[in-house]
Amino acid sequence: MLLDIAQIAIVLALILLLVRPMGRYMAAVFTGGRTMLDRFIDPIDGAIYRLSGIDTRQQMDWRAYVKAMLLTNLVMFVMLFVVLETQQFLPLDPDGIGAVDPFLAFNTAASFITNTNWQNYGGENTLSYFSQLFAIIFPQFTSAATGLVCGVAFIRGLGGSTNMGNFYVDLVRSITRILLPISIATGIVFVALGVPATFDGAVTAQTVSGSEQTITRGPVAALASIKHLGTNGGGWFNTNSAHPYENPNPTSNVLENVLMGLIPTSLIYMLGLMIRRMRHAWTLFWVMAGFFLVFQVIAYAGEHAGNPLLTALGLDPAQGNMEGHEVRFGQGLTSLFITSTTAFTTGTVDAMHDSLTPLASLTPISQMLLNMVFGGKGVGFINLIVFAILGVFMVGLMVGRTPEFLGKKIESHEVKLASFAFLMHPLLILFAMAITFALSLDLSSILNPGPHGFSEVMYMYTSQAANNGSAFAGITGNTPWFNVSGGLVIVLGRYVSIVLMLALAGSLAKKKEVPVTIGTMRTEGPLFGGVLAGTVLIIGALTFFPILALGPIVEQLAMLAGRTF
Amino acid sequence: MAATAHDIAAEQRRLRSSTFTPAILVPALWASVVKLDPRWMVRNPVMFVVEIGAVLTAALTIDPTIFGGAAATRGYNLLVTVILVLTVVFANYAEAVAEGRGRAQAATLRKTKKETPATRLRSDGTTEQISSAKLRKGDIVVVSTNEIIPGDGDVIEGVAYVNEAAITGESAPVLKEPGTDTHSSVTGGTQVATDSLKIRITADPGETFLDRMIALVEGAKRQKTPNEIALTALLAVFTIIFLIVCVTIVPFAAYLGSPLDIATVIALLVCLIPTTIGALLSAIGIAGMDRVTRFNVLAMSGRSVEAAGDINTLLLDKTGTITFGNRLASKFIPASGHTERELAEAALLSSLADETVEGRSIVALAKQLGVEPSLGPGAQSVAEGDELIPFSAETRMSGVVRGGRRIMKGAVDAIEGLVGRPLPEMRAAADVIGREGGTPLGVAVDSEPIGVIYLKDTVKPGMRERFADFRKMGIRTVMVTGDNPLTAGTIAREAGVDDYIAQAKPEDKIRLIKAEQDGGRLVAMTGDGTNDAPALAQADVALALNSGTSAAKEAANMVDLDSDPTKLLDVVMIGKQLLITRGAITTFSIANDVAKYFAIIPAMFVAVFGELSALNVMQLATPKSAILSALIFNAVVIPLLIPLALRGVRYRPTSADALLLRNISIYGLGGIVAPFIGIKLIDLVVGPIAGGL
Repeated sequence: MLLDIAQIAIVLALILLLVRPMGRYMAAVFTGGRTMLDRFIDPIDGAIYRLSGIDTRQQMDWRAYVKAMLLTNLVMFVMLFVVLETQQFLPLDPDGIGAVDPFLAFNTAASFITNTNWQNYGGENTLSYFSQLFAIIFPQFTSAATGLVCGVAFIRGLGGSTNMGNFYVDLVRSITRILLPISIATGIVFVALGVPATFDGAVTAQTVSGSEQTITRGPVAALASIKHLGTNGGGWFNTNSAHPYENPNPTSNVLENVLMGLIPTSLIYMLGLMIRRMRHAWTLFWVMAGFFLVFQVIAYAGEHAGNPLLTALGLDPAQGNMEGHEVRFGQGLTSLFITSTTAFTTGTVDAMHDSLTPLASLTPISQMLLNMVFGGKGVGFINLIVFAILGVFMVGLMVGRTPEFLGKKIESHEVKLASFAFLMHPLLILFAMAITFALSLDLSSILNPGPHGFSEVMYMYTSQAANNGSAFAGITGNTPWFNVSGGLVIVLGRYVSIVLMLALAGSLAKKKEVPVTIGTMRTEGPLFGGVLAGTVLIIGALTFFPILALGPIVEQLAMLAGRTF
Repeated sequence: MAATAHDIAAEQRRLRSSTFTPAILVPALWASVVKLDPRWMVRNPVMFVVEIGAVLTAALTIDPTIFGGAAATRGYNLLVTVILVLTVVFANYAEAVAEGRGRAQAATLRKTKKETPATRLRSDGTTEQISSAKLRKGDIVVVSTNEIIPGDGDVIEGVAYVNEAAITGESAPVLKEPGTDTHSSVTGGTQVATDSLKIRITADPGETFLDRMIALVEGAKRQKTPNEIALTALLAVFTIIFLIVCVTIVPFAAYLGSPLDIATVIALLVCLIPTTIGALLSAIGIAGMDRVTRFNVLAMSGRSVEAAGDINTLLLDKTGTITFGNRLASKFIPASGHTERELAEAALLSSLADETVEGRSIVALAKQLGVEPSLGPGAQSVAEGDELIPFSAETRMSGVVRGGRRIMKGAVDAIEGLVGRPLPEMRAAADVIGREGGTPLGVAVDSEPIGVIYLKDTVKPGMRERFADFRKMGIRTVMVTGDNPLTAGTIAREAGVDDYIAQAKPEDKIRLIKAEQDGGRLVAMTGDGTNDAPALAQADVALALNSGTSAAKEAANMVDLDSDPTKLLDVVMIGKQLLITRGAITTFSIANDVAKYFAIIPAMFVAVFGELSALNVMQLATPKSAILSALIFNAVVIPLLIPLALRGVRYRPTSADALLLRNISIYGLGGIVAPFIGIKLIDLVVGPIAGGL
């Protein structure tokens, strides 16, 4: 147990150490500051701008920014869909895999264009290398960059600028200066750690028992780095980072974990630099970190305690819960990976979440339901700002002034935008679930009927609505209904809140800043942090209390009572 | 003939004193039933949902299987229906009570408004009797003693005392005369107490001050304020969210083999949506306006009261607001060879003939020092044989000749002229006083200089403390005066304002207001003159004095009926209190949901998942009793909070952090804890009864 805690602490310390330098670097990238990579990358960027006809001087307000973002994403969505449907005619298909089912292709295109990486397909059996490269790895860069630059635009609005920058320039810079260099560097490390990087097809091996085994492989290392750095999560193999080729050893596991946390955490530091309110940024950071730690404790506690029903059958309780876990990672790192992948909305898994004890499964589900513990590229902290605005509006009235957030008055328009952004998440999850259960759609896909099956469906839609992509498994998602409904949930979950919140940033930017006095509720420090955490707990958690009670909570209580379903 | 001004004044005062009188509480009962009309309810989305819920459960009471699915007993459905209807009635009652006082006040004002005869002056100089309803803007009327002034207007001729009790509740008559900014305007419905006035009418019937006042106190034209609109939007979204939660829980429960009856789902919904604040929101707004009215300030809109809470900068006229505006004796500075006491005695005697405020203040100060003049018997008042010398512009002195001694006070150079030689000592003292912004008065007995009286503009008592309070609230106070910088600086220091503008011209005020507003600050000011009107129009909160010109009153968004400029400070407090009350009850309402979840969720599913009884932390008797107890708590908390909503949350000036911490502890943490206790207590009563349902 001590060893587990030490391992967790070391990984978190590594992430924490990188927050300042990475945040400073990203701030420089997005504010036109000088970085040491400029000399090499400026010519590349220049070539890209010239080739694609981007006018770098063009400045966009929030509407133009949103328009450019939606248009770019739509074009890429169509491109992805076409690639998946025509992969049998395209090169790099050594294993001769055919076209993807259109419903599945819709879900997959929606999933990867939005940084969700929900996978209703098994990568190695459904996709050609060409599809993996252009429909999976390519959007892992662009979707991460899209989220990141929307976050940056939002920050510019918070900072008081109605000019949100240039979407195309931001997109290019975030890829060439942040995602690509780090991916290339870490990709090489992954190769050194034993992750394959090849265009050759699967090999057939003679097993010890004499039977034949097909071992799939491919340019996996390229994906292993960006899938974590871009908080994408879509694996090359169906079993994702539990597969020994995607995550061979504890070192690669730690590296993947650190990569997941790198941008979401340092983004908050960048926010502080860009709006020149470091104390505000640290308050947001520690509220998120506080939730992270609590959920980490829950996950570890649930796993460490194990399953009393199995203990009763003679399993060593000291092992904790090891069903569906990889022995090479152990309890500590696995529980941290679970917390990280759902906090940073990566969605990569190194254990089967379906096999978690119900208590531990509260961590991934709750983090995705709250959708504000760091979150993925850019959009994650936007959700925290939604809570901040709603909290400040309600509680801030109690200081006797029209509430102000970062010096800007929160009035009807902002409250409407923020509350609709907040409304979207539960609306998507609960409605998709309700339709599924009310009309009994594809309920035969559920492996474990009863509360656990309920949890499986809840996890599936929550993961898609939160653009997380981690799978609970235990449910066959590749059905027309789940593909289509999931795809829609993914798309709405992604774009509605981005558009609403950029509109909100645009509205705040237009307002005059009210000077801070002793009579102003400050949007920094412990008191504000407490208000923020309380708002998340009361209005965020309460919305989902009934379904949590019917899923993981009743499961845990039943397990403790020795009851199975 | 209208009711007498005296009767109305008494009634006004009574109405202002209290809300919780049978005269208001009883009619509100009926009003709260009338308001059940869905066309009225739809304005309040939260309570409208409760009303629809009540209709559905009423249908279930008649036929428990009308919507299919699981069925509860008729008795249970009926009980839920009754509680839901009560919830809505309680909400309506809160609003009706809040409106009640305004209604009653409007009714007494209407008595004043009844048509009165008017004597209109024709262009040829003759007069005619017409009804006040026929008067138009520009008409000239003559009003004699004991007649009611037929409409709003400006005095153009005559000097008279007017009893304004019908409007202000203040029974002492006010002097009106033509040609001044502050004493020329009269209000229709007030009564001339002495002499007669010639008045030019300035408002058409229906647009008079009294008409506007009636509309305002009645709340007939009440519009939601910006903050209220924002809060309503938030509450509507919360309602939608919980609607989704409750609608979707039905198929979930069915899948898990624990079908729910509709009445229970509606009960959960009503418990979760923010009914407490939804019920009290409009009452809070009405009561806030009403508190302003009780201070005898008439706010033209709720928006301005709300804005008062947001004020960053207060622009205050020195004279009349911060100081009394008269130069009052503050110190006696004796010449060498004389004591303070001697000077005080001489000053007192020299002021016997002086009926000005300055003179009275000299007498008062001397008496305060315990002066018993030794100059003769009865020296504190005019004695026989005294020759009083009144002030004249020529001599610039006043005084008395008593027992052959000439005791005089006056400007220092006049005193020098009197004694016939330069008085360097007196002049030096006078210079010091002048530099500090005061006025020196020399005192001499015959040819002997006794000393100097220090007259100065005096800061009203309590002002310093109030400004300190404002500093604690983060509000900056700026004093504006026409005085020279030296005088202004002295008063500013003494009053403790944060900043001052000396030798200010009317356009300086506008410039300052615009500069503050450009910096994102909201500015409040008071004014009464026509030249204040542009600044009043520019300010975010502008309080005009009722005695001021109609131009000033037109430009302002509040009028103080007592013409007391310090009221602005109270208005700011009321604005803050209004916002705090709203925030506190919203927070309380949302925080209540935690306990309600713990009551209802286990109760809904415990039949199928016995393990969930672990969540029944309150150990409520039965599932039905748990649901009903939560619902009853949800309903009764509304009337329990009506007094708080109407009175407002206690507010003391302090920093935002301290205020927030205090209010979060009470209404946030309290809001989480209170329902756990309340629901448990209700369950102890309901539990045994609910067993049979």
